[in-house]
Amino acid sequence: MKEIVIISGKGGTGKTSITASFAYLGGKEVIVADCDVDAADMHLLMQPDRRESEDFYSGVLAEINQEKCIKCGKCAEVCRWDAIPVIDNKYVVQSLDCEGCGYCALVCPTDAISMNEQNVGNWHISNIKTGTKMVHAKLGVGADNSGKLVAKVKNEAKALAEKEGKEILIVDGSPGIGCPVVSSLSGASYVVLVTEPSVSGIHDLKRVYELVKKFGIRAGCIINKADININKSNEIHSFVKKENINLICEIPYDEDFTKAMTQGKTIVEFDNGKIKQILDESWEKIKKI
Amino acid sequence: MKIAIASGKGGTGKTTVSTNLASLLAESEDVVLTDLDVEEPNSGLFISGDKIHEEDKFKMIPKWKKDECILCGNCQKVCNFNAVMKLGKMIMVFPELCHGCYACSELCPTKSLPMIPKKMGELQHFKSGNLDFIESKLIIGEEQAVPLIKQTLDYVDENFPERIIKIFDAPPGTSCPVIEATKDADLILLVTEPTPFGLHDLILAIDTMRELKKDMGVIINRFGIGDTNVEKYCEENNIQIIAKIPNMRKIAEIYSDGNLLYPKISEVKVQLENIISFISEYQQENAL
Repeated sequence: MKEIVIISGKGGTGKTSITASFAYLGGKEVIVADCDVDAADMHLLMQPDRRESEDFYSGVLAEINQEKCIKCGKCAEVCRWDAIPVIDNKYVVQSLDCEGCGYCALVCPTDAISMNEQNVGNWHISNIKTGTKMVHAKLGVGADNSGKLVAKVKNEAKALAEKEGKEILIVDGSPGIGCPVVSSLSGASYVVLVTEPSVSGIHDLKRVYELVKKFGIRAGCIINKADININKSNEIHSFVKKENINLICEIPYDEDFTKAMTQGKTIVEFDNGKIKQILDESWEKIKKI
Repeated sequence: MKIAIASGKGGTGKTTVSTNLASLLAESEDVVLTDLDVEEPNSGLFISGDKIHEEDKFKMIPKWKKDECILCGNCQKVCNFNAVMKLGKMIMVFPELCHGCYACSELCPTKSLPMIPKKMGELQHFKSGNLDFIESKLIIGEEQAVPLIKQTLDYVDENFPERIIKIFDAPPGTSCPVIEATKDADLILLVTEPTPFGLHDLILAIDTMRELKKDMGVIINRFGIGDTNVEKYCEENNIQIIAKIPNMRKIAEIYSDGNLLYPKISEVKVQLENIISFISEYQQENAL
């Protein structure tokens, strides 16, 4: 099975619109995973009908049982995150500051501190409009551990692809270079980098590609909004050439992407002209890699 | 006063708003702009100035000293992040998994795991007229943005008085880096775009900021594209829309070259002035 991960470093380059288009073009041959769990948007274009849902627990937070607490303050002393201030003469854990290391519970002389598992979100397997399935998730508000939820979504999607005998897994990756994107990339057979010809697009492309290189994964690049700045597009051309990244395609700036989105459609369903042709050809290339 | 510029969805224009707002404000008063999107910091591409300071930022991780280690395995037992493991006659430390809680180190009976600094990023401080600009960059391969964000916030707190306007360009999303970047802010400005993706992620961001009990206002970027659902949502939920930056191809072009918008596009300047009036009213009402 091939695992194709689409990432962008910078947000707003059109990553999800392009991923959803490939998912549409892949039809029943593929399983789809939305690993951008922080701001998961692909479901807005794929009309998922949820078949299975599960809560996701990860990480722990400290909680102090006030009846057992003798107010010795040892917990606050060892906490590196200053997460246990004294409020109204009581030691109280501030859940947003608690890192879940459990050091406080280890030093508490009266076992007043328990470390409780946190529900950080939920994940789903859904039937989508292309006749296949998608695994997606929703991270709880302000939740930690999005990297672990990303790993869960990917592993479930892989298992599903194997179970259903699908050859290709399409993954909408996370932004940035931190733990969620590291989880998105691990195990990938091919990475598609979606970028735009702007100073920020190029800056973020180079940083995220450094990360891809550490994983030793082959990469291709899509330049979206390519005609916004020809000089910057040329700069991307030189970069991908130098790094041996396959230039998959260039897509012109087109507000039809937004129009399609407002109708809940991928661009390849909405547009029958140039952009559909470019994405059709790109998908044919990616599929064969 | 601390203002965080945030958004659920990436690429809606946080950096555009942060850099243009800070530069326009700096024409008449002292302003500090800090880029807290340490994974992919972009504000610096739009701000020029003289570098007045730089420093490496470190996190503390344990380092195994085998001489006195009795291989009791307590370190592995106390680590909640699987960052320390006893493998045969060795203790292995996985720095990228370590959160720096010190439990393994301080609870080691033979003090065989002293904490040592490990570089996780760099902070740079630039100055241009009234504008101080600070950015931190996470080293590629480091997975945790939060400790670097925290240290960057500490740098700002230590170096600037409270009353000065401080603008923070926050990371995208709603998870831990965003919480760290926004939890101390007085006011949150959420940048969105009037599209289904924009609205979906805006709602997540609003829910997150409500959880943190923050005051907030919404800035619609690329106004005119998409639909009117963001406006409807804000109206129904009593969230003030303080500016609408028009959708213009020209804006995307100027941005792509790393230039500020308001000196060239008067419609943008008008919208930034709306944001500035909102901020000064907020400042007066809350005596900040």
